[in-house]
Amino acid sequence: MRDGTEVKNGTDTMSNATVVVVTSGKGGVGKTTTTAAIASALAKEGYQVCAIDFDVGLRNLDLIMGAERRVVFDLVNVVRGEASIKQALVRDKKLNNLFLLPASQTRDKDALTEEGVASVINELRMYFDWVICDSPAGIERGATLAMRHADEAIIVSNPEVSSVRDCDRIIGLLDAKTKVAEDGGRMPKHLMITRYDTDRAKTGDMLATDDVVDILSVPLIGVVPESKDVLKASNVGLPVTLSDENSPAAKAYMEATRRLLGENIPVTIPEEKKSLFGKLFKGRAA
Amino acid sequence: MNILSLFGKRGESASVAKNRLQILLAHERADDGSDAVLISSLREDILAVVAKRVDIDPDSVRLEMDRSGDVTTLGIDIELPAAKAS
Repeated sequence: MRDGTEVKNGTDTMSNATVVVVTSGKGGVGKTTTTAAIASALAKEGYQVCAIDFDVGLRNLDLIMGAERRVVFDLVNVVRGEASIKQALVRDKKLNNLFLLPASQTRDKDALTEEGVASVINELRMYFDWVICDSPAGIERGATLAMRHADEAIIVSNPEVSSVRDCDRIIGLLDAKTKVAEDGGRMPKHLMITRYDTDRAKTGDMLATDDVVDILSVPLIGVVPESKDVLKASNVGLPVTLSDENSPAAKAYMEATRRLLGENIPVTIPEEKKSLFGKLFKGRAA
Repeated sequence: MNILSLFGKRGESASVAKNRLQILLAHERADDGSDAVLISSLREDILAVVAKRVDIDPDSVRLEMDRSGDVTTLGIDIELPAAKAS
């Protein structure tokens, strides 16, 4: 059955890097936000981190991380041997141990080859502690290549029926089409629920975290509340974990990162601090 | 805002969503080799047996699946049309 008690699979030699795919099936649920937030939080902990954008043709991780003006070469250039990995990596403006490998904006997703991606990931494993792959939406080539070489998966879902259904489909692919699965292993999976509204879940108008965990049978790594800070952070090109550490979304991502690092801490749902007025009129102010 | 919600009436749409998803996904997972295969075939077989004797309106078949711990239960609730055997 699907559970998260699998043993970590150390496939490659001479490297302790962990490759994580952030995936969901459905678009717009927060894969890129999650990739940027987790990659930055890991870098803040002192790890060497590389975030890769696999969304060829519709790249956005550069924009969310505020690196769009410094992109010169991209993943497709590297896969095709037109640039070296070191030429293509863009260093973060704030954290010097955080790097971005951007997707190509002008090519289409067929520009990536299986062998090319394998060799890029293998080289990155030598330089980094963590490689976070931002998957494109869908279940086609781009998405399957993004998950192909992962050691672990973060599955992002909104508490909403179409998103949960698509996650179930992606879980099926993680258990069938990845290197780990083909080698007879089980991909360790973590569920990240985003855009959660505690009040609506309480009144029974939104799937609660337990419902989603029950349905997908994947252990929870974090619950990110619906927060205005996510949009504000993207406006200025900063991962939410760097833009405002006190934001509930940032707290949720930092907590999830500690769990990814192996800490056994209970999942909490950080909330917006409410004023006395807000408390008196809880849930009614629009 | 609905006036009822001011009196704390709980919405039920989330439990409807959960139930719909559980049924749907049991079906969609049918080819991944888990117990969902069994559930899905049982459901089809039972409906086929009933359909031999009475006309079933697909809209009046209610399915409920529940998983608690290691036990999965499947409830099939079929509304029979005014008794006419065929």
